[in-house]
Amino acid sequence: MKAFAELYTAIDQTTKTNAKVDALVEYFASAPETDVLWTVAMLTGKTPKRTIRSGELKEWSAEMSGLPYWIFDESYHIVGDLAETITLILPPPSSSAGYSLTETIAFLRSLDQYGDEDKKIAIQRRWDEMDTGERFVFNKLITGSFRVGVSKQLVIKALARQFKIEEDTVAHRLTGDWSPDTTTLTTLLSATGDTDSYYRPYPFYLAYQLEQPVEELGDVRDWQIEQKYDGIRGQLLVRRGELFVWSRGEELMTEKFPEFEILKDILPDGTVIDGEVLPFRDGRPLPFHLMQTRIGRKNLTKKSLQEAPLVMMCYDLLEYHGEDIRTRPMQERRALLEQVVKDANAIAAVPLLLSPVLDCKTWEEATRARETARDNNCEGLMLKHKNSPYETGRRKGQWWKWKVDPLTVDGVLLYAQRGHGRRANLYTDYTFAIWDGDELVPFTKAYSGLTDKELLQVDNWIKRNTIDKFGPVRSVKAELVFEIAFEGINRSPRHKSGVALRFPRILRWRTDKKKEDANTKDDLMKLIEMQEATR
Amino acid sequence: MLKFNDKGIYCEQADVYIDPWGQVDRAIITHAHSDHARWGSRHYLAHHYSVPVMRWRLGSGINVTGIGYGETININGVKISLHPAGHIIGSAQVRLEYRGEVWVVSGDYKLQNDHLATPFEPVRCQHFITESTFGLPVYRFPAVEVVQTEINDWCAKNTAAGKTSVIIGYALGKAQHILYGLDRSIAPIYAHGAVVNMNRTLEQSGFDFSYAKPLDYSLSKKDLQGCIVIAPPSAVGTPWLRRFDPYSIGICSGWMQLRGARRRRGVDRGFVMSDHCDWQQLNTAIKLTGAENVYVTHGYKSIYAKWLRDEMHLNATEVDTLYEGESIEGDKEEAIAENTQTGIASQESNEDQSISSPENGDAA
Repeated sequence: MKAFAELYTAIDQTTKTNAKVDALVEYFASAPETDVLWTVAMLTGKTPKRTIRSGELKEWSAEMSGLPYWIFDESYHIVGDLAETITLILPPPSSSAGYSLTETIAFLRSLDQYGDEDKKIAIQRRWDEMDTGERFVFNKLITGSFRVGVSKQLVIKALARQFKIEEDTVAHRLTGDWSPDTTTLTTLLSATGDTDSYYRPYPFYLAYQLEQPVEELGDVRDWQIEQKYDGIRGQLLVRRGELFVWSRGEELMTEKFPEFEILKDILPDGTVIDGEVLPFRDGRPLPFHLMQTRIGRKNLTKKSLQEAPLVMMCYDLLEYHGEDIRTRPMQERRALLEQVVKDANAIAAVPLLLSPVLDCKTWEEATRARETARDNNCEGLMLKHKNSPYETGRRKGQWWKWKVDPLTVDGVLLYAQRGHGRRANLYTDYTFAIWDGDELVPFTKAYSGLTDKELLQVDNWIKRNTIDKFGPVRSVKAELVFEIAFEGINRSPRHKSGVALRFPRILRWRTDKKKEDANTKDDLMKLIEMQEATR
Repeated sequence: MLKFNDKGIYCEQADVYIDPWGQVDRAIITHAHSDHARWGSRHYLAHHYSVPVMRWRLGSGINVTGIGYGETININGVKISLHPAGHIIGSAQVRLEYRGEVWVVSGDYKLQNDHLATPFEPVRCQHFITESTFGLPVYRFPAVEVVQTEINDWCAKNTAAGKTSVIIGYALGKAQHILYGLDRSIAPIYAHGAVVNMNRTLEQSGFDFSYAKPLDYSLSKKDLQGCIVIAPPSAVGTPWLRRFDPYSIGICSGWMQLRGARRRRGVDRGFVMSDHCDWQQLNTAIKLTGAENVYVTHGYKSIYAKWLRDEMHLNATEVDTLYEGESIEGDKEEAIAENTQTGIASQESNEDQSISSPENGDAA
């Protein structure tokens, strides 16, 4: 654990990607193989699940520190992170046992077999045998909140460097449903292991938001222009007569989409389609929240299947008759995709739609198409160069997303709560209100968008203008106005304001506005009505 | 005997204020940090070592008397004396005694010995006024020597890699605390102008920081490579630092105990070094005074006062003041200046500022 904790600290202490990769390479070169495997698993999102309730951890650590529970709780509010609070509040350790990462994970998984009292004794003993750095990482593991500031891409880079394998190959081998329990580092990284990886998706190609003027992309005819749908990006695989649907987060979601089941008998073996899973009815996409509700359900009922029937809006073809065609140009892949979708629909009515290619002869036409995207429940346009290969990871140059400008509303700051992590000890999580008659009603929360300097100023203002405190929340004088941006708006009987926003965030602090200038509930209702009218 | 009013901590019998934030006739100053030693009073009393700093900061024309630790003066029957607080050079606790009632105003203090500030001496009293900047059990500061070793190791590693070490701490107090522990054999040591000025001022009291050289314009980039630079918090994120490229930057503060604060500051290293008390030191100090009545000022005051009441069974109350504790976001003087300049604060007017600033210390 010591080496792993040091790796964590090294990564945590720097913002420079090179330094992070160096730290990873150094660790991969020196740590035992099973520890490396577990590290790769955890850094790519395969964290062990929480084994102990946080309430128990709080009690046990307060007890071990000889402190009353309330002061532990107060400390926790201020530190903003449970694992860190426990780490800091415990008395210094009496020894250092030097457990390995693999051993520690085995220990955590064995806890299920312990009774409550034995669990407590075992955890407290561990705490007493680790230094501060180890304790922190250990606590992150038991609270199931282990996250490190490295992207999967950096882990791939470091593995590629240390084990002398192409980055793309590493990326491919890391995708999918592997587990340190059923594989070894050698198997995971070696080519022979690939015979058994027929269920794996390809790494997704992701685009950045277009920042420059669109005209700078050159001739409009070189670009394939499509709608940017608002659903769940996924890959649909048919191999060896089986169907797999992977989300962009590389989660296997096949069981969530029974609609797609028939495709395994219809699509040719060795087909991989990239697309967007969407709720779709009467020739148009339905709002995203219907999808969310459906995905959230454990058991799919007939009713939920009818309410939000899903389709895959197909964007791209990555594998054709068992051949990886990702390096072929976009327009060639598109032609094959059209063929595959057409052939499938000729056999049966399948939930596969082709993402329409917009015929824009000028950038002006494209700009107009973008402006109407929201009417189709789309977020904007995708621009893909007709010669582009299907790359891996997020890259600039050949694919761009060109989202519509967000909707905005001016709200009054009403409540504030302390943030977490980097923003712990600062009031950074805000609730905003709009006018309903002469009453201010809360309508959304937002906690990003301000600069660090603005956060400090607002934090300072909050502390000076607090009206009331309830636990970690403060209500403040209604005075500050902020412009809130969001991607979508829907009616919501659960909220006092009657509306729910999608992706709300703070666009800017309107120091030029007074609270009277904030928007009203009527303004938001008009927005919703406008949306509904276009449907 | 003491009251908290809108100008500060007031002793009616002697007609003196301790660390007033309003302009008063007679002020006793615990130490020269600008949230405690403020401009505009007609007469000041402070420890000898604080006098040159106060003249430098508040103007050479101020009317200030210096006395030593343990020296007693008598004003209208009130016996007043200063005792070491261990916070910075010249920092003092103010003891006031009248007809058998003893109060101690501790200002800012710490129990750790930094070998510069005269070490804290507990003073028995019935009424004790304490800060609570780090009054939570999550603050457990490492020993001074441990942090000094960490800083030296870090500097040596930077120098070996051809990088300059920039270390951030207040110009008054922290900068000298850092300088004192530096291993002078690692690399030449330079100081930001604000630190040099403060060092020169403290040299009038017999301290020697001449080994920290000013950053003359004659120094080339090559001369500075791999050296050590001490700078105040205001230097972070400014073009002034470009001169030292390539450099690594470390900040010294008690707040560095928390990962969130460390990351928010965006520096390469955080060293847990403070001139305030951590949790254990606060509890120890309060026990040593024997006081039954404790007044908790700047910091986590409501939580700490509850702790003293519930767990230490003392008669503890929280008090609003304008003291700021330890700030990592800028020098205190800048923080105060900025508060009055920003759009939001200017609407509040001075009047609002002088009433109270709840929990000013907890994120300041």
